Amino acid sequence: MNGFRYLSGVASLRLDAEKCTGCQVCLAVCPHAVFGMAEDRRARIIDLDACMECGACANNCAFDAISLTPGVGCAEAIIYGWMHHTEPTCGCSGDDGSPASACCGGLPTGATEDPVSCGEPQAPA
Amino acid sequence: MNMPDVPQVSSELAWRDRLARWTLRCGIRRNRALVKSGLYRVGEPAPESPVIVTANYRMTFDLVRRDLAGIDAWLLVLDTRGVNVWCAAGKGTFGDREVMLRAAVTGLERHVSHRVLVLPQLSATGVSAAKVRATSGWRVVFGPVRSGDIAAFLAANMKATPQMRAITFTLAERIVLVPVELVGAFAGWRALIPFGLLALGALVSLGDSGATIAQPLVAYLAGVAGGAALVPTLLPWLPGHALSLKGAEAGAVLGLFAGLALGAPPLSIGAGTLLSGAVASYLGVNFTGATPYTSPSGVEKELRVALPLMGAAIVLAGVLWVVQAFLG
Ligand code: SF4
Ligand code: SF4
Repeated sequence: MNGFRYLSGVASLRLDAEKCTGCQVCLAVCPHAVFGMAEDRRARIIDLDACMECGACANNCAFDAISLTPGVGCAEAIIYGWMHHTEPTCGCSGDDGSPASACCGGLPTGATEDPVSCGEPQAPA
Repeated sequence: MNMPDVPQVSSELAWRDRLARWTLRCGIRRNRALVKSGLYRVGEPAPESPVIVTANYRMTFDLVRRDLAGIDAWLLVLDTRGVNVWCAAGKGTFGDREVMLRAAVTGLERHVSHRVLVLPQLSATGVSAAKVRATSGWRVVFGPVRSGDIAAFLAANMKATPQMRAITFTLAERIVLVPVELVGAFAGWRALIPFGLLALGALVSLGDSGATIAQPLVAYLAGVAGGAALVPTLLPWLPGHALSLKGAEAGAVLGLFAGLALGAPPLSIGAGTLLSGAVASYLGVNFTGATPYTSPSGVEKELRVALPLMGAAIVLAGVLWVVQAFLG
C-alpha cells in the first residue's frame, strides 16, 4: 500500500504453486496486491511484506493452494488473547466481553465504519 | 413481478442521516446503528439489474445508497448485527451462510433474471465465492473495496481496476480516527490515570509551586497527543515500520518540549520524556487495530519487544522524578 510498509519477513502466507490453477481469484480479493501472475500462468507471491494476513485469498482459493494463519492485526486483540489464553479477539461485536476500544475504530457494536478502521466500503472522504 | 413488496430506498442523504453519521462516529447512540436486513430497491430496478450486497450497519447502508445515486439496482442488506462489512466478515456474520440465507428469505431469485451477487471486496475474508456457488448457485462477484467505486465498476462490466482493489489509508481517513483514539485513551479505568499523576506531581514537587506539580500529568497528556493524534496523522512520515516506534518518537518529542516549556529540572524533563514516549508508544501500537495493513504476526512481534521497553521506561521515569525530588 502506497506509503505504508509494516514489519518485513513476518507474514505467514504461503502459496503452493503446484496446486495453483491460475484462476486469479486471489489477485482479485487481495486488497494489498500481494499476488502476481508468473510466466507459467500460475500465481506467485510478489509482495509478501504487504500481506496483512486477512485470509481473503485462502478463503477464496478453491484449490487449497494458499495457506496462512489469518487474524486481526490489532494489538488490543492480541493482548486480550494473551491475558485470557484465547485466540486474539477483536471487539468488533463487543458482545462477547472482548476489548472494544481500539479495534475496529473503538466502537463495540462495530459502530465505526471508518473505512480504515474497518475497511468499510467507503466514499472518498 | 410483485414489486411493491420490496421497499424503496432513497439515494439522497437527509440531514438526519448525516447527523447520524457523525454521532455514530463519536460512539453516540450506537443502538441506532442497525438497518433492517432484507431486499431494497434503489431507483427502478428491472429483473436484469445488478444485485448489490451490503451489511446492515447504518453508516455502511447510508454510504452505499448514496453512492448508488442514479443507478437502478437491488440492494440486498445482510443481517450482520449492525456491524460493518470488514469486521462482520472477520467475525463470520458477513459469511457464506448469511449471503445464501438472505437471498433465500427475500425471494431474490423471483425478482431477478440472473444469478450474480456483487459483494464488497472486503467481505472476501468471510465469503467464499466458490462455496456459495456450489451450495446455492449464486455467483459471487467481488466488487470494489469502496462503495464510491461501485458505479464505475458496474459501468465497466464488473471489472475492477487495481485502484478499486486496493485499500487506502489517506490523511482524511486517518484524521477521522483521531477523536476515536483520543476518547479511547481516556476510556474506563484510564480516566483515573491523570489523577494519579497529579498526586505523583504533588508528592515529588513537595512544596514547589505550580509548573512542576503538573509536569507528570502534562507529560502524560503529551504522550496521549503523540500516540492518539500525531501517530494517525503523521503515520507515513514518522520513521520506522513498527507502530510502537512511531508512537515512541512522537511522544518523546512532545514530552521533551513539554518539559522544557514548563521549565522543569533536568531529571524531571528526562522522566517526562520517557513517560510521554511510553504512553505514545502504547497508543501507537494500539492504533494497529484501526490500520488496514498491519498483520497479526507483525503486531505480535512488535508487542513482544515494545511492551517490556514501555514498562522499563515508565519505571525509570518514576525513579527519575523521585531522585529529582531528593536533589531538590
Ligand atoms: S486463487 Fe488459488 S488457484 Fe487461483 S490463482 Fe490464486 S492461488 Fe492459484
Ligand atoms: S491474507 Fe489478505 S493481504 Fe494477505 S495475501 Fe491474502 S488477501 Fe492479501
